[in-house]
Amino acid sequence: MSGSLFSLRRLQDGSTKFSVNEVTADHPVSERLLTPEEITRRRFLEKVCVGLASLCAAILGIPLVGFVVAPIFRKTTGRWVSIGKITDFQIGNTVKVDITDPSPLPWAGITAKSALWLRRVTESEFIAFSVNCTHLGCPVRWLADADLFMCPCHGGVYYQDGTVAAGPPPKPLIRYDVRTVNGQVEIKTMSIPITTTP
Amino acid sequence: MKRFVVGAWRWIDDRLGISDLIGPSLKHLVPHDARWWYVFGSATLLAFIVQVVTGVALAFSYIPSSSQAYETLEFITNQAPFGSFLRGMHYFGASAMVLMVGAHMAQTFLFGSYKFPREMNWTTGVLLLGFTLLMGFTGQLLRWDQTATWSVVVAAEQAGRVPLIGNFLAQFILGGKTLGGATLSRFFAIHVFIMPALLFVFIGFHLLLVLRHGIAEPPTAGKPVDPATYRTEYEELMRKTGHPFWPEGAWRDFVVGTGLIVVIALLAYFVGPPPLDKPPDPSILNADPRPDWYLLWYFALLALIPPQLEGWVMILGPALIGVLLLAVPLLNNRGERAPSRRPWSIAVVLLSIIMIGSLWIEGIHSPWSPNFDPPPLPEKVVGITSGPVFTGAKFFHDKGCLNCHLIAGYGGRRGPDLSYVGDKLSEGDLVIRIVNGGVNMPAFGKMLTPEELAQITAFLQSRKHPMPAGLQVPGD
Repeated sequence: MSGSLFSLRRLQDGSTKFSVNEVTADHPVSERLLTPEEITRRRFLEKVCVGLASLCAAILGIPLVGFVVAPIFRKTTGRWVSIGKITDFQIGNTVKVDITDPSPLPWAGITAKSALWLRRVTESEFIAFSVNCTHLGCPVRWLADADLFMCPCHGGVYYQDGTVAAGPPPKPLIRYDVRTVNGQVEIKTMSIPITTTP
Repeated sequence: MKRFVVGAWRWIDDRLGISDLIGPSLKHLVPHDARWWYVFGSATLLAFIVQVVTGVALAFSYIPSSSQAYETLEFITNQAPFGSFLRGMHYFGASAMVLMVGAHMAQTFLFGSYKFPREMNWTTGVLLLGFTLLMGFTGQLLRWDQTATWSVVVAAEQAGRVPLIGNFLAQFILGGKTLGGATLSRFFAIHVFIMPALLFVFIGFHLLLVLRHGIAEPPTAGKPVDPATYRTEYEELMRKTGHPFWPEGAWRDFVVGTGLIVVIALLAYFVGPPPLDKPPDPSILNADPRPDWYLLWYFALLALIPPQLEGWVMILGPALIGVLLLAVPLLNNRGERAPSRRPWSIAVVLLSIIMIGSLWIEGIHSPWSPNFDPPPLPEKVVGITSGPVFTGAKFFHDKGCLNCHLIAGYGGRRGPDLSYVGDKLSEGDLVIRIVNGGVNMPAFGKMLTPEELAQITAFLQSRKHPMPAGLQVPGD
């Protein structure tokens, strides 16, 4: 089977051995055996195959990429949600308030829950802090007696107004928009704050 | 019966060509002196196989849903037959894979086996190391408990530091703007489909390259690699002294592999899987997320580097390490292979081990993290039960000082140990430090009344060695 890509050899025990020939000078499966027309045809068929493969990749790939990145572009505009009556919060106190993602996916379960730190500064002024440390996002805790927020991960510390007191956080705690409406304290939901490189 | 089985096997083998396909690979010649140093690659492969087998088993019960994964993990761990054992095998298998790939890499580097013609063996190995670590991290996230959910946030924050596309990457990791239903399933897809597929492809490629270039012979001092003659010399060496991989070379791999599986199984049985943390409820803020041990050193690094360098180290650090590792064979692919003639290679490996080991130990202790629940200082430490020193000790606890400072072994380690601060600082020094704060210390000037400040200062001044007269608790 000289000139073939394959060869079959019968062994002594009667079985056959199948092997793939290398394209070498001894096995001249090369363009030298082909006419120019055949070479042109071969090149054309190669291009057709590559083109069809690219088309198949696009048919599969475009929806794949679109599907995977779609959640990024899902609109989650902030909504005003009530977090309690004004009278529920004492002046000078900072308390944890649990909130729920207003538009969670049905199977989000408890991961749709979240929390914020709410400080009532005066009769009418409230500050709502994100619980995420601006260093790497870990949940900061409020130490009421010390009037400090502390982060368990890398030791970031914030004053009661959210400004950085110590440690690696690059900026103050992120604040939610807060308002009071009809005796209720409302915050505007937002995404997890990501500290980006300017 | 035996004749029938042999005949059947021959028929199947003839039709399928199994022996023709695998035989040459198994019988390829390997250096006769490639002994115990050469077992780490196959051990890594075996650990990967353990991961595939145990991972498939766990997938029979694990539901990759943000709302149900935790419950299924509780079921697997506490109720399913062999569930806890399989989780343990999967965890310790991952640990073994990371350890073995590290050992394999160190051995390859020390022996100069990455040099001509095996440059791409090294390159594919570096990629496999990266895939292995990614598998480790994504695997920890599938342990969908409180630590996992906060680790996702930390990962997103780190990705957020990448210039220009940081926000996009962060949201890609979160599966949107917040944690939620889309978060876990994407890590499941990455951990169970994408990364294993890449691992299979690159392991296959890596093994093909091993067969193509042969296993590097142990290095000999004074016998440098010359690309012009190396292949001829290697073929000659194999013809003269090489022996078939199966079984002369393989038996050590089987011995070590068996030992590895036994150790993994024993650890899984006696130590068990990592315990599940609290449920993945982001409104529970008493969390203390830590990566699994193989990434703890990087966690420590981020805590210890100066903040002004952090952004660079966080993003460029891993990228630089990756590029340097990939570039190793391009920078130096010929010449001496023996470690005795390449002392810098020993230094690189030792320094890497010392650096990662030191950071790892620091990561375990995490001295930069406040102690959130320090008990009040006992009387035997305070030394008195009334007066300004006693009250100052109480304020020292209540005002958060003890969260970061150590007094006689009590408290946190974030700040300096103040057990004997009275020997070092005067009253004025103490007041200035407390009021104005300092490096990594908040300024307490606005948070303390003058009385509180005076009492805390009195307490700190009393911290002397030996303890001043009148401060010993009777009977202590």
